[in-house]
Amino acid sequence: MSYEGVPGLVETKEALGETTLVVDPARLVEACAHLRDEEGFNLLLDITATDYLGWGDVPVSGYIATPQGRDLNYPAAQGYPRTPEPKPKRFTLSYHLLRVADDSARVRVQVWLDDAETVETVIPVWPTADWHEREAWDMMGIAFDGHPNPVRILMDDDWEGHPLRKDYPIGGEPVRFSEEE
Amino acid sequence: MATVERGRAPIYFGSRIPQPVPTILKTDPALDDVLTVNFGPNHPSTHGVLRLIVDLHGEHVVGIAAVIGYLHTGFEKTMEQKTWWKGVTYPARVDYVSFQYNELVYVLAVEKLLQLQVPRKATWMRMALGELTRIHSHLVYLGTAALEIGAISMFWYCFRERELILDLFEMVTGVRMHTRYFQVGGLAEDIPRGFYDQARAFCERMPKAVDEYEAILNSNRIWLERTRGVGLLSADDAIALGQTGPNLRASGVDWDLRKREPYLAYDQVDFEVPVYSGGDVYDRYKVRVDEMRESTRIIAQSVERLEEMQGEPWIADDRKVVLPPREELHTSMESLIHHFKIVTEGYRVPEGEVYVGIESPRGESGCYLVSDGGPKPWRVKFRAPSFAALHATAACMTDAAVADLIAIVGSLDAVMGDVDR
Repeated sequence: MSYEGVPGLVETKEALGETTLVVDPARLVEACAHLRDEEGFNLLLDITATDYLGWGDVPVSGYIATPQGRDLNYPAAQGYPRTPEPKPKRFTLSYHLLRVADDSARVRVQVWLDDAETVETVIPVWPTADWHEREAWDMMGIAFDGHPNPVRILMDDDWEGHPLRKDYPIGGEPVRFSEEE
Repeated sequence: MATVERGRAPIYFGSRIPQPVPTILKTDPALDDVLTVNFGPNHPSTHGVLRLIVDLHGEHVVGIAAVIGYLHTGFEKTMEQKTWWKGVTYPARVDYVSFQYNELVYVLAVEKLLQLQVPRKATWMRMALGELTRIHSHLVYLGTAALEIGAISMFWYCFRERELILDLFEMVTGVRMHTRYFQVGGLAEDIPRGFYDQARAFCERMPKAVDEYEAILNSNRIWLERTRGVGLLSADDAIALGQTGPNLRASGVDWDLRKREPYLAYDQVDFEVPVYSGGDVYDRYKVRVDEMRESTRIIAQSVERLEEMQGEPWIADDRKVVLPPREELHTSMESLIHHFKIVTEGYRVPEGEVYVGIESPRGESGCYLVSDGGPKPWRVKFRAPSFAALHATAACMTDAAVADLIAIVGSLDAVMGDVDR
């Protein structure tokens, strides 16, 4: 399967039987419309935002349980620290697409974003994106241009911060009605 | 800015869904006499803690907005702090009605990252327990959905069979729900000897029980009046709104991952995928009832096969991932070290990202994992079918009366734990 014609395609990755299309954020909607209309990916399963802040700060050492890792000549099997592949920017958005047809297929469309960088909404392509994008805003603080209702969805409306970010403190939420207020 | 137009025709005659598909039903400002009613979050018929803000014009629902998040517990954040090994406990609590499926999808995703081979006994047992969970989930749906629109006795009948399923779980795993029985690599324990007979007895009883449910509901005028032609969702709209599972199959789309992308051993069992084309509450009920029969067939075939596998291993023999057998700890230093390393530090999963989707009772339940090669997941994300299902409420509510609201929300079968995670 070739996705050469996808507008704004930066890179195609194949791993573990999954195809990832890295797309220029500025041309995301174009790429999504192309995938829906030309390639038949009619169902958007999920939009996942991932925060890579601090990725690779702690080198991974020790045994890695893989078929490759079982090779004693593989560095990680010897306990040497190894740094994971660096990432180009802080955030990704992964759009998991499914083709509901006789020739079913899956593809992951990925865009890389820096903090405070925005991306166009894909609601015109798949209406189901509405809540998924609200969740990405709520949990990761990624804003979507053109979203009709860009408010929090899971947290309170007056919540501060975006909980799934890596720099969000754990157990650091304000305790209400405490005496120290 | 690129604009994309969606021009689609309704797939069946009489579709009332306006184009483009609404995801939040907006009140027409020209209407006067609009009464805004707050529905929930603690109303018993909202299946958990769902809040709906409903604009009513007389009996008709003219605007609706769902407020969710009351059950948000931050599972995804919590799992980032736990090792892969400890993380298995959490997914079952996400969708607490189809608990085995979330556990399964997480375990399958970790195994995909590890490229770990699972013994066939574990594969078949996962399938058997998974299908038991599907029946369990559909029974809870059927009992509560019928209860909400007046068929109170259904609840007792459904929970009678549900109890049998929970007894089976208790026998195999020691707990009735949230079993943590699936491990990365296989199963936590061997299958107890009494399981086969009890499961077979259940498989004999279940089709008769489903006949009873249908005898109560299929000719019940109140049930038919309140479900037929209510909450319509066309096939195109269902796909546009990301519906999967029974909600999609009730709209006439023959889509089941067990057939389309067979995982576990679904390509080796014989079963049918029920599809109905009405797209209303009644057809969603029919799909689920028929699925209970098909699941029973799958369980019967799995039990048959599992009995032939007595004495086979139930978990992979990979000491870097799987805990060594308890008795070895007394005699083998290697085993002791492995046990200590896995329990304290956890096993390491190679760097990469992976998405696994399976057919849960509510549709495609997915798990997206990112690993940096360390002992803890970098990112865990669950693709919650209930999240998408609840999102479709507004589209289904077009032209509905306030009494239909209960039937529609019930028929989409959203579990709030799954929605809010």
